[in-house]
Amino acid sequence: MTTTSIRKLLAASGLALTVSVVGQPAMAQDEGPIRVGILHSLSGTMAISESTLKDEMLMLIDKQNEAGGLLGRQLEPVVMDPASDWSLFAEQARDMLTGDDRVDVIFGNWTSASRKAVLPVVEELNGLLFYPVQYEGEESSENIFYTGAAPNQQAIPAVDYLMSQGVERWALLGTDYVYPRTTNKILEAYLKDHGVAEDDIMINYTPFGFSDWQSIVSQVKDFGSQGKKTAVVSTINGDANVPFYNELSNQGVSASDIPVVAFSVGEQELTGIDTAPLVGHMAAWNYFMSVDSDANYDFIDDWVAYTGDDNAVTNDPMEAHYIGFNMWLQAVEKAGTTDVDAVKDAIIGVTVPNLSGGWSAMMPNHHITKPVMIGEIQDDGQFSVVWQTPTTVAGDAWSDYLPESKNLISDWRAPLHCGKLNVESMQCEDGRGAE
Amino acid sequence: MTSMVMDKGPRLYRRSIAILLACLLTACGVCVGQNAMAAIDEPEARALLEALDTNDFQAKGEAAQAIAESSAEQKTRWLQALLDGRLGKQRRGENFYIVTDDSGREWPIIDAITFEDAGTGSRRTLDIFRINNNLRGQLQGLIASLTLSDGDEASRLAAAQRLVGEVDAASVDSVRANRDQEESPTVRHQLDVALALYAVEQGDAEALETLRGNLDTRVRNTLADIAAGDSALAARAQSVLDGIESKRAWYDRAQTLFFGLSAGSILVLAAIGLAITFGVMGVINMAHGELIMIGAYTTWLIQQALPGQPGLALLLSIPGGFLVAAAFGVVIERTVIRFLKGRPLETLLATFGLSLILQQLVRTLFSPLNRRVTSPDWLQGAWQINEALSLTLNRLGVLIFCLAVFAALWALMRYTRLGLEVRAVTQNRAMARAMGVRATRVDMLTFGLGAGVAGLAGVALSQLTNVGPNLGQGYIVDSFLVVVFGGVGNLWGTLVAGMSLGVINQILQPWVGAVLAKILVLIGVILFIQKRPQGIFAPKGRVS
Repeated sequence: MTTTSIRKLLAASGLALTVSVVGQPAMAQDEGPIRVGILHSLSGTMAISESTLKDEMLMLIDKQNEAGGLLGRQLEPVVMDPASDWSLFAEQARDMLTGDDRVDVIFGNWTSASRKAVLPVVEELNGLLFYPVQYEGEESSENIFYTGAAPNQQAIPAVDYLMSQGVERWALLGTDYVYPRTTNKILEAYLKDHGVAEDDIMINYTPFGFSDWQSIVSQVKDFGSQGKKTAVVSTINGDANVPFYNELSNQGVSASDIPVVAFSVGEQELTGIDTAPLVGHMAAWNYFMSVDSDANYDFIDDWVAYTGDDNAVTNDPMEAHYIGFNMWLQAVEKAGTTDVDAVKDAIIGVTVPNLSGGWSAMMPNHHITKPVMIGEIQDDGQFSVVWQTPTTVAGDAWSDYLPESKNLISDWRAPLHCGKLNVESMQCEDGRGAE
Repeated sequence: MTSMVMDKGPRLYRRSIAILLACLLTACGVCVGQNAMAAIDEPEARALLEALDTNDFQAKGEAAQAIAESSAEQKTRWLQALLDGRLGKQRRGENFYIVTDDSGREWPIIDAITFEDAGTGSRRTLDIFRINNNLRGQLQGLIASLTLSDGDEASRLAAAQRLVGEVDAASVDSVRANRDQEESPTVRHQLDVALALYAVEQGDAEALETLRGNLDTRVRNTLADIAAGDSALAARAQSVLDGIESKRAWYDRAQTLFFGLSAGSILVLAAIGLAITFGVMGVINMAHGELIMIGAYTTWLIQQALPGQPGLALLLSIPGGFLVAAAFGVVIERTVIRFLKGRPLETLLATFGLSLILQQLVRTLFSPLNRRVTSPDWLQGAWQINEALSLTLNRLGVLIFCLAVFAALWALMRYTRLGLEVRAVTQNRAMARAMGVRATRVDMLTFGLGAGVAGLAGVALSQLTNVGPNLGQGYIVDSFLVVVFGGVGNLWGTLVAGMSLGVINQILQPWVGAVLAKILVLIGVILFIQKRPQGIFAPKGRVS
C-alpha cells in the first residue's frame, strides 16, 4: 500500500480503527491475489449486527483459499471499518475502488442509508457491491447486487400469512428512517387493495434506540381490543427491539392476543432477550438458523468451528452473503476474469444452492430468488418455521403496489441495460440504456 | 396456498375452548376420560404419535386431541413435550423421542414410549414436531384440563373470564347450573356477566343493568354492536355503553398520568445527579451520562457474580452502583475538574473527552454489544387494578425508587453537616473557607455524591432499557434540559420539571408520535426559558 493511500485511509477513518490487509502494490490485473473488500461497521450502533458479517466473509474467503482459491489465484480480504457513519461508508468505498490496490468486489453495508451513500461511488468507479440485507426496494443499480429480500420477498408474504390467520386490523410500527417508511407505504397500499379500511390501519414511527414504549404498547393494546383480530407488523430496527418486547410481555400482550411479526428481528437480535414471554411472536425471513437442511447444518458447523463459540448463531443476512459470495465466485469462473463488466454480464442467471436446501438464481434486475418463511419465536431464542412459500420468489426492485412504481421494471441485460424501464411507455429512465 | 386450511384453525380452537371451559368449571377429568386410565400397547401408542407427524397444523391439532382423549399413561408428558418443542421422530427410522435438555447441539434423548434413555440426538438426526400459535393455545388448554384435578378458585376464575362472550345456546344451561353451585363470589360475578352478556344478545333488557359499568372490552364491543343496530335495545344499550366509555376514559387518563410520571421519574433520576454537580457546583459535566452507564454496568457485573438471584443482585446493586460511580466521580474531580475551576468551556471539552474515553473503556472491557440484565420476578408483569387500568411493575418500581432517592438526597442536603457545608460553599466560597469549611474536600464529596446518584439512575435504567456503551448518551441532553427547566441549583425544581416534562411528553405522544412529541417539548422549554431564564424555581436570595 502506498503512502498516499495510507494517509487517505487514516484521514477517512478518523478515530475509527482501520484494519487493512496489505497486499503487493501495483500488480497487473491478472496476477497476484484477488482482493475482496469487506465494508461492514465494526464499531458504533450497527456493530452489533454488522461485525458478524465481516467474520463470516473472512470465513468464506478462508474456505475458498483452502479449496484452491479462484482462477488459480488466492483471495485476499480487505477489511475496513466505516464505524456506522454513512459518509465514511462512501469515503472508504472510494478508497477501496481507487489506486493500484483496487478491490475486485465489495461485500458490505447494512442500513439503507449507508447503501444510498455508497451507490453513487460504486456507479462512478464501476465497482461491484453485494448488499445482504432486506431493504425497501424502489432502487436498482447496475453495480449493486441485492441478495437480501425486497418487500415482495418478505413484507407482502408475511401480511398474506397473517390475513390467512384471520387478522383484520393492522398496527404498523417502525423506526423512523427510509426502510420502514417505504415498506409501510407499500404495505398500506397493499392492505387497502385488499379491502382493509383506513381505520383498521395504525402507523407509528419511533426514533433509533427508542426505549419508552409504554404508551405505544398501550395504544396498540387498545387498538387491538375493538373486537377484530389484530396484528403488529414491526419494522423496528436495532436495539430498540429489546425494550419493545419487554414492554409487550410486561403489559401482558401475548402472541395469542396480538401477534407481532417483525422484519428486522433475527436470531442475532434475540440473543439479548429472554424469549420465554415472546413465544409465538413471529418474524419473516428467507432463512432461519433452525431450517432443516444438510447445507444449513454444515454451514452452522463451519461457523461454530470458525468462531469457537458453541452458542454462535447464524441469521438471514449471513445466508445472503453466503449466496452472494458463491454467485460471485461462479460468475468470475464463468467469465474467466474478475473484470467488473464481464462479471456483471456473467452473473445474471447464475444459480447456487442456498442454505434452506433449494437454489437461488440471480435475476436480470440484480435481485435473487429466495423462499419466504414465517417463523415463530421459541423459548430458546430460535425460530420454528410455521409457513413457507411452496417455491422461491423472485425479488422485485420496483413495487407493484405503489402507483409511482407499478409500471417500472429493471433489466440489466444487453441490449436494455436499464434499471428503471417504464413498461407502458417503454422509456428507460435510468441506466446505460437511457442514453 | 394453505389459506383454506388455515381458516379453519381458529374455529377448531374455538370449539376446543368450549370443551375446555366446561371441563374446568365442572370437576375436570371426566371429559377426557382420565378415570378410565389404562395402559395401552405399543402399536397404539405409536399410532397416536405417528398422527403428529404431519405438516398440516389442523391435522396435528386433531392428533393432539386424540392423544388427550386416549387412555395412554404417557399422554400428559407427550403433550407437554410437544408444547415445549421437545417431541420428535427419528429422521431415518420409526422411533419417537423426547429431548430432555435442548441446550447445546447434542441433546440427551429418551424414548417417547418407554421413557428409557436413548443416548443423544441432534438437529440432524431428529425431526422435532412443530407447533404454531393456534396449536399452542389448544395444547395449553388440553394440558390444563388433564393436570387439573380439583379446579382451584384461580383456575375457575380464569375459565369464567374466558367464558365472557363464549356462552351460546348449547352451553347456557350448564353455565347457569355452575353459577348456582359456585361458592366464590368473584367467580359467581364473572359468570353473571357472561350470562348477562348472552341474555343481552338474546334481547333481554334487564340483563343490561348487570353490565352497567363493566370494563371488559368484550362487553363493550358487544354493546357497541347492539347500540349500532336497530333492535329495541339499541337506545338502552347506548346509555350503558356511554357509562362504560366515560369510566374507561377516566382510567385511560389515570394510565396516561402513570406513564407520564414513570417517564418523568427516569428523567428526574438521570437529572438529579446533574442538579448537584451542575446546579449546585456549576460544573458542566458532559460525562454525566457515562456515570449512569457505569451504574448500569455495575448492576450487570453484580448479576454475573450472583447467577440465579437477580433480585438480590439488584438490591446489592443499589449501594454497589452508587459507590462505583461515586468513586469514578471522585477520581474525575481530583484529576480533571479541580484544575479547571471557573473555566466552564474547558471543563465542557475535558469532560466530553472523558465521556468518550469511558465509552471506549467499556467497549474494550466488555465488548460493544449490549449486555442483558434480567429483571427479578417481582419487577416483571403488571399490577392489574381492573380491566382498564394496569400498572407495569418495573415502571412502578422505578417511580418509587426515584422518589426514595429524591427524599434521601433532599434530607441529606437539608439536615446533614455535609449538606450544610455544600450549601455554604456554593453560596459564598470565601466566607465558608474563612469559617473553617474545607472547600476542596467539600467539592470532591459533592461531585462524588452527584456521580453516585447518576450511578443509581443507571441501576434503575438497567431494568428498563439496553445496557450498552451508548446508554448514557441518550440521557445527557435530557438531563441538562430538566435541570435548566427546573431552575439551576434547586432539587425541587428538578423533581417538578422532570415529572412535568414526562407527563407532557406522554400526553402528546399518542397525538403526534414520539419524535414530534419530543420536538414540541423542546420548543416549549426553549420558549419558557426565554420568558423565565431562571427556570421554574428561581434561586432565592443572593448567589455569588
